[in-house]
Amino acid sequence: MTIVYQRPQALTDTVTHYCPGCTHGIIHRLVAEVIDELEIMDQCIGVAPVGCAVFAYNYFECDMAQAAHGRAPAVATGIKRANPANIVFTYQGDGDLAAIGTAETVHAAARSENITIIFVNNAIYGMTGGQMAPTTMPGQITQTSPYGRDPKLAGYPVKVCEMLAEVDGTTYAERVSVDSVKRVRNAKRAIRKAFEYQIAGKGFSIIEVLSTCSTNWGLEPVEALEWLRKNMIPYYPLGVYKDKGASE
Amino acid sequence: MAEKVLMKGNEAVAEAAIMAGCRHFFGYPITPQTELAAYMAKRMPKLGGTYLQAESEIAAINMVYGASAAGVRAMTSSSSPGLSLKSEGLSYLAGSDLPAVVVNIQRGGPGLGGIRPSQADYFHATRSTGHGDFHLIVLAPNTVQEMFDLTIEAFELADKYRVTAMVLGDGMLGQVMEPVDISRAGNITTFAKDWALTGTQGKRSKNIVNSLYLEAEELEMLNLKRYEKYAEVGKYARTDSYLTEDAEVIVVAYGICARIAKNAVNGARKKGVKAGLIRPITLWPFPKKQMKAAAATAKAFVVVEMSMGQMVEDVELSIRCSRPVILCSRTGGMVPTDEAVISAIMEADRTERS
Repeated sequence: MTIVYQRPQALTDTVTHYCPGCTHGIIHRLVAEVIDELEIMDQCIGVAPVGCAVFAYNYFECDMAQAAHGRAPAVATGIKRANPANIVFTYQGDGDLAAIGTAETVHAAARSENITIIFVNNAIYGMTGGQMAPTTMPGQITQTSPYGRDPKLAGYPVKVCEMLAEVDGTTYAERVSVDSVKRVRNAKRAIRKAFEYQIAGKGFSIIEVLSTCSTNWGLEPVEALEWLRKNMIPYYPLGVYKDKGASE
Repeated sequence: MAEKVLMKGNEAVAEAAIMAGCRHFFGYPITPQTELAAYMAKRMPKLGGTYLQAESEIAAINMVYGASAAGVRAMTSSSSPGLSLKSEGLSYLAGSDLPAVVVNIQRGGPGLGGIRPSQADYFHATRSTGHGDFHLIVLAPNTVQEMFDLTIEAFELADKYRVTAMVLGDGMLGQVMEPVDISRAGNITTFAKDWALTGTQGKRSKNIVNSLYLEAEELEMLNLKRYEKYAEVGKYARTDSYLTEDAEVIVVAYGICARIAKNAVNGARKKGVKAGLIRPITLWPFPKKQMKAAAATAKAFVVVEMSMGQMVEDVELSIRCSRPVILCSRTGGMVPTDEAVISAIMEADRTERS
């Protein structure tokens, strides 16, 4: 009998704390599969954020650090500069990366730190119970935008890939989604490329993954995937925003 | 032969760090510690080390967190407003039991304050360095030589106890030039760091560097354990004493103020007052025993510091307010004069022995 599907070695044998229907589990698995395929687990060091993915340090089988809110790119910088042979990635949500950690994110890109960032954008603060995020879209209802995000009062969302594409140090920025099998496979390809670039010393990569939050969006998992397709993808178009690595 | 080099205090700290094996410096420009970062920027690339000018003080301390987690000796330096920003990182370093060396070349505050020397971050360094239950080891040099010596000691203590050790200087100590004997560096210890994030290399199970514990019982237990470690660190409480044997008035001062106080003790002695000086070298742990011992023979204390009165509270606590304690201080970047300290000593001498 052939085994066609099993837990990647880079994932621990742990029940995660993620809500039913959350796509964090898929994204964790994609990262782990890439770590397995590239055979880098022994050199890999991950940095967990503050937010829903805070316990990522329990789920990946490689060495892990937990960083202060938004500081993962700075912590990853310290780790990478200490031992450049290590493969260093951060796994961050939108509040962590695009609000409190904007400076750390932009400047890690500007320095073209040779690290990989997995950025999970679900347009809401999940862990704290569904508040407005830097990526909450105009009109979107959250606990702290109960009448819908009004750009006149609450400003506009930050489009991370678009912004980082303008930074000279960014090597690779791509936005993907995990709302369908086809897109899950594409997301894995992008994550793999980001890690390959790091191995090749090509510099800063960020893969933004559009993700659902059934619990705080107040939608069934299938409805949440539909909501993502209908509302998020038009606002956050998928695709490659920058790829300097391909031409190098 | 001792090799003496003329250096600024800031440069002496930087050279000491390099001699202590630090190859990872993360900083952000701020006066009056600038020469420290500049020295590192010049030397580190030639040593194969990292000088990284961070986008913020917050990023710099978190880069130290990362480098320290990866097992190397790392440091950052700043001045007072920068330390406010580093507070978050200092708390996380403590919560994750990571070693680090942090330098504060203090300037006047609060707010943007000024750029003249100050000791107004004493409370910040010894009491409220960040959120939660934790301490730093705080070392207070009073010469450029000690800036050098105590920086090396800071790295050793940080690694030994997995804590942050702070070198607490001031704008004057950072800027003044004095001869330094750099051959005093001594032996540097290599500490085994089996907890460090170096990649498992297929030889061990994963390491985690973390400060999150949602179970209150577990977090309490870890805090208690950390405080057992701090109790152990307590034995490093250290002072330098001058003419204390027969002293009736004990002057307590650290850093640059201790040099002024020493002159004042000599001045007071010429006027017939038996004055002596105790200079805390460690501010945390504070030398409580030494203060208590001095209270047995002295009738009064004078505390000299460049703040509205911060260390004075530790002196009063150490002697349980059993003797009068007179504060002689200037603030906002002003430095006390010998004469002002002599006056305070004379006033203390007039108090009746209780």
